[in-house]
Amino acid sequence: MINLELAKKHQETFGQVMMLAEHMMRPYSRKYDKEEHTYPKEMEEVAKLIGGARSSATGGSREPIPPGTVVNGGNMGAVVGLFGLCWGDVGLFLGMPGSGLGNAAITAVGTPEQVKKYGGRYAAMCITEPGTGSDSANISTTAVADGDEWVINGEKIYVTDGDRCDTLVVWATLDKSLGKAAIKSFIVEKGTPGCEVTRLEHKLGIRASDTAAISFNDCRIPKENILGSAEIATDAEGRKKAFGGVMQTFDNTRPPVAAMAIGVSRAALDMARDLFKQEGVELKFDKKPVNSGAVEAQLYQMEAEWQAARLLVLKAAWMADNKMPNSMEASMCKAKAGRVGNTITLRCVALCQSLGYSEQHLLEKFARDSKILDIFEGTQQIQQLIVARRVLEKSSSELK
Amino acid sequence: MTDSTPDLMFDLTLTDEQRMNRETMQRFASAELRPLSQSVDAGVNPARDFYPKTAELGLTLLPIPEALGGAGVGRSPVSNALIFEDLAHGDMALALGSISPLAFVNTLLDQGSEAQREKFLPLFCSGEFKAVTTALLEPRATFEPTAPAVTATASKNGEGYSLSGSKCMVPLGMDAELVLVIARLEDGDAAAFIIEGTPPGMTRTAEGNMGLLGAQLATLTFDKVQLPASARLGDSRFDLQRFIDLGHIGICALAVGTCQAVLDYVIPYCNERVAFGEPITNRQSVAFMIADIAIELEAMRLMTWRAAARAEMGLDFHEYAYLAKQFCSEHAMKIGTDGVQLLGGHGFCREHPVELWYRNLRAIAILDGVASA
Repeated sequence: MINLELAKKHQETFGQVMMLAEHMMRPYSRKYDKEEHTYPKEMEEVAKLIGGARSSATGGSREPIPPGTVVNGGNMGAVVGLFGLCWGDVGLFLGMPGSGLGNAAITAVGTPEQVKKYGGRYAAMCITEPGTGSDSANISTTAVADGDEWVINGEKIYVTDGDRCDTLVVWATLDKSLGKAAIKSFIVEKGTPGCEVTRLEHKLGIRASDTAAISFNDCRIPKENILGSAEIATDAEGRKKAFGGVMQTFDNTRPPVAAMAIGVSRAALDMARDLFKQEGVELKFDKKPVNSGAVEAQLYQMEAEWQAARLLVLKAAWMADNKMPNSMEASMCKAKAGRVGNTITLRCVALCQSLGYSEQHLLEKFARDSKILDIFEGTQQIQQLIVARRVLEKSSSELK
Repeated sequence: MTDSTPDLMFDLTLTDEQRMNRETMQRFASAELRPLSQSVDAGVNPARDFYPKTAELGLTLLPIPEALGGAGVGRSPVSNALIFEDLAHGDMALALGSISPLAFVNTLLDQGSEAQREKFLPLFCSGEFKAVTTALLEPRATFEPTAPAVTATASKNGEGYSLSGSKCMVPLGMDAELVLVIARLEDGDAAAFIIEGTPPGMTRTAEGNMGLLGAQLATLTFDKVQLPASARLGDSRFDLQRFIDLGHIGICALAVGTCQAVLDYVIPYCNERVAFGEPITNRQSVAFMIADIAIELEAMRLMTWRAAARAEMGLDFHEYAYLAKQFCSEHAMKIGTDGVQLLGGHGFCREHPVELWYRNLRAIAILDGVASA
């Protein structure tokens, strides 16, 4: 039965998370934006409080769903939680222990032993390289088998929380000449000889989260630290499946990133509407937008865009909870929320004029933070590409 | 997000009944509406000849209580939104005309008095199409639907009203046997009046518009039209905002169906269209435009469904319907114009239906007070 309201338990989750966001995150927003790379220790408490809810972000039950049953589970809970946490502060959320994508990958594809050993760790994800961004099939970092170990060599950049985490999930190729089928991911514990954080980036936004460059020089890890099989598929079908498995992580992580954009743009809209209210401009929903003032008309438009993006996120998460393939919907929601989040936060700055631009308020920070959400986990253009290939039934060799 | 709601799961699954109903509507739309779409628009086939066919759908029969001769299924804004969407996929203008009697019936069920329901609703259970409609829009550039200027002056002896002013873009306006006219009372409150036939002082003028020819839009002018007190809808104050909001849901559903038609048309066309030696959809500029149509269309649908589902559950839905209308108004037109763009010069020619959808979709931002779901 069609119902687009949240289940009671998720309404409660949202309410609780909003309390945390308001009282335990917002007070530190400006501090850690100013003190880039400083570890926001106050967030450990928040991380602890949300720990249970978050670990189910991409996992959820692996049990089949009885027909006729509707599940509102871990995926929906995760995006709803992120709506609230990232209303609080997206940078602080990303700088929190356990928020890393590495955790998501381990939960999603790890063996029971790996999940047991590393599931509770603070794991960051190492994919991007200086010469490889969206074309992640092109990575150059290598993993070579040597006795009971893998030897990893290469350079990774844009590792979110790469400095403060204790575990890394590293994408590397077993043989670059074999293309994407040879790309595997590996669990590397920080402190392993040969693995070194070489630099922290200075960024436009999400400054509370560290973004590291990490080099691997003959870094040796145990054989059992590979995520998934070490086999390299030889036929086309197998190759496609192998890399598809790696990429599937993104179907699970795109709705959460889209949810972050929903959170930060809600924060901007709430703040802008508050500022306008103090100056006597309010949304009353009593006249057509074209018969309202220009500021009101723009606020109505942003409210509509925000709602639309939020519903696309919920749909993608709902599909995941109900074991429906949601690759296209995950990209749809990421594309829509990414651009809407950025547009709304930027427009709120412009609408509030000098108040929006000033560091007295957080609007300018929201506008800086939001930009990354239209870039990482696949840029706007990568999402459009994925949606377009699905809608047009094109292969990646036809629609490049 | 903090409203008190019944403890339901977030769910986008249609009921079995809705699924079956959709199949019927989709079959009808592709067999009966789409083939007539362009010829009705060109004035070759009169829409008037088409509407009686819709009787087989039993649209007005469904929500009317069994005691009054109906099927007694009850009014469902969600099911109505699905019906409107599917019919509009065939043709938006003909869909608008087809559902105008249902919009009238819905409003009567919602806000009519017991006596009015008993008097009028059995007329819609005969199995024949009845041309009936609702009228809110007025011909002014600054028109605001919540503040109609058509006036209803109460006569001194309290026995009736005198109606004056003009309504425009009234679906089936030339033929409608019953018209629900929204007017303003002297005290400023809104009221709705059921006009039977064409009383003295009322004139009907067929309109020429950018699109929506099949909906037979007309301007209705009232010059001191005398109405009995019993013509005023309901026993209490007319809830104009609710009427507008339920109309927003219906109008959005029409937009969704029409935009789905655009998407379904441009995909095969652009996949087959070759330029520079390969299909134009091998190019990102074309492919991304189509991806964006798919994304925004899905968002339009979810916005519409949310407002409809809230209305159906008895939750406050005003702001949701308002924002859905805002969203659909903007994106429907964007999809309409992109649909033409994707076909290039061919899209500009009337051989293809995309220019027709472009003209029809321009109306989404303008329509109000019709298609009450």
